[in-house]
Amino acid sequence: MIDPGRLVPRDRTAHPVPRDPEYKTTVARSPNLPLLSMESTTTEETGPRFGHGLIGALDNNLILNWTKGAAPAVGERILMHGRVMDEFGRPVPNTLVEIWQANAGGRYRHVKDTYFAPLDPNFGGCGRTLTDENGYYEFLTIRPGAYPWPNRGNDWRPMHIHISVFGHSFGQRLITQMYFEGDPLIDRCPIASTIKDRSQLDRLVAPLDMARARPLDYLAYKFDIVLRGRRQTMFENKPAGM
Amino acid sequence: MTQTLENLRETPSQTGGPYVHIGCIPSFAGLSQIYPEDLGLKAIGDGAKGERIAITGSVFDGTGWAMRDAMLESWQADAKGNYPGEKGADPKVNGFCRFAADGKTGEFTLHTVKPGAVPGPGGSMQAPHIALWIVARGINIGLQTRIYFEDEDNSADPLLSRIEQRNRVDTLIAKKTGDGQYRFDIRLQGDGETVFLDM
Ligand SMILES: [Fe+3]
Repeated sequence: MIDPGRLVPRDRTAHPVPRDPEYKTTVARSPNLPLLSMESTTTEETGPRFGHGLIGALDNNLILNWTKGAAPAVGERILMHGRVMDEFGRPVPNTLVEIWQANAGGRYRHVKDTYFAPLDPNFGGCGRTLTDENGYYEFLTIRPGAYPWPNRGNDWRPMHIHISVFGHSFGQRLITQMYFEGDPLIDRCPIASTIKDRSQLDRLVAPLDMARARPLDYLAYKFDIVLRGRRQTMFENKPAGM
Repeated sequence: MTQTLENLRETPSQTGGPYVHIGCIPSFAGLSQIYPEDLGLKAIGDGAKGERIAITGSVFDGTGWAMRDAMLESWQADAKGNYPGEKGADPKVNGFCRFAADGKTGEFTLHTVKPGAVPGPGGSMQAPHIALWIVARGINIGLQTRIYFEDEDNSADPLLSRIEQRNRVDTLIAKKTGDGQYRFDIRLQGDGETVFLDM
C-alpha cells in the first residue's frame, strides 16, 4: 500500500483566525502556541456513525418539532437544503447534520439568553437529520431574527443558523454558521469577519433558491458544506474512507 | 496556464457560540421534549468490557477562569484498541461521547472505559488515548487534543514523541486521583498551555 488514505491536512487559511480582538472573547480563548501538526491516524480517520433508527420523523422540521405538530412556529417559513461533500467533490452520505437557531424575534430557548424578544411557545430551536445516499439534507424552519450581543458598543449578529456536521472521520468534525443572502449585518459582524478570505466568507452566505421554494408555503435557501477529504489511491481495490 | 485542480476548499468553521448545547446536547439546555434521546450521551453501554474510568476536569481560558460554556466531544477505541465499526470491536462501546462543563462550576466528567493501544504510523503503536474536540463561544475553530494516562507506558507513543518541548508532554496526560478516577485539565493559554493538535 503506497498511501493508506490519510486525511488531507487542514488548510488553515480557509478558516477564521483563532484570535481576533474585534471578537473580544477570542482573545483569552485562542491558543498562543502553535498547534502540533501530524498526519492523521486511525483515531482521526474513524468516527461515530448514527443510524436512521435514531432520527424521528419531525427531527428536521423546526416549525413543528417543538409541539410535535400541534402548532407551528411563528416566522418566515424557509426550507434550508444542501449537500455535504468532501474536498474531492464526493458526496458524504448518511452523516449527521444538526442545526440550532434563534426564533423569529432573535431569542434562543436557553437559560442564559436574556434578550427581551419573547420566546415563541411553539418553537424549540434545534433539528437534526442524516444526509441521504447522495449527501443531500434538508430542514424546514423559520428565518431566525438578528440579535444584539455584548461585544463592542453595539454589535448585532446577522440572521444565522448554526450547523454541526460529522462526516465519517472524527478529524472532519465541523461547526459553522449559515448566513442569508442580502443581510447588511454580515459585513458588520465581528464573528463573520474572523474569516479573512472574503471568498471563504461568501461560502457561508446561502442564496435564495426560488427553484426549491414552494408557492404559498415557504422560501428556500441552499447551503452546501465541504468537509476535509481523505486521500485515495489507485492501488487499492476499494476506496478508503468511504 | 495549467490544467485546473477541481478540488474544493473546506467550508470555513465558525464558533459554536454560547448556545451550542441547544444543537448538540439539547437536554443539557433544557430542551428534552424534541428528541427521544440526545445523540452521544454515553461513551459506553451496559456490559462494555474493560476498566471503568471517570475523567474530570475543566477548560481554563487565558485568565485562569474555568469556562462554564464549553462543550466537549470524545472519541476512543474499546479496551482492546478497536474503534467502533472495526472488526472485533466491542458492540457495547459507542466510542463517542458529548459532555459539557457545568454551568455553575465549570467542571466536566467523562464516564467511559479505558481504551486499548491502537496502531499508529509506520507499524508503531499509539499509547492508549482518547481524542477530544472542544468548542465554545470565542473558539472560532474546534480545538483538537488528546487524553493519555499517567499509569500507562507512553514512552513510545508517536504523537507524544513529536513534542519538542518535553515539559509540555505532561499537558496531555491525565493524572490518577483514585481508583478509576483521573483529572485532566485543559488550558487554552498561558502557563501549562495544553498541546492542541492539527491532524
Ligand atoms: Fe447564534
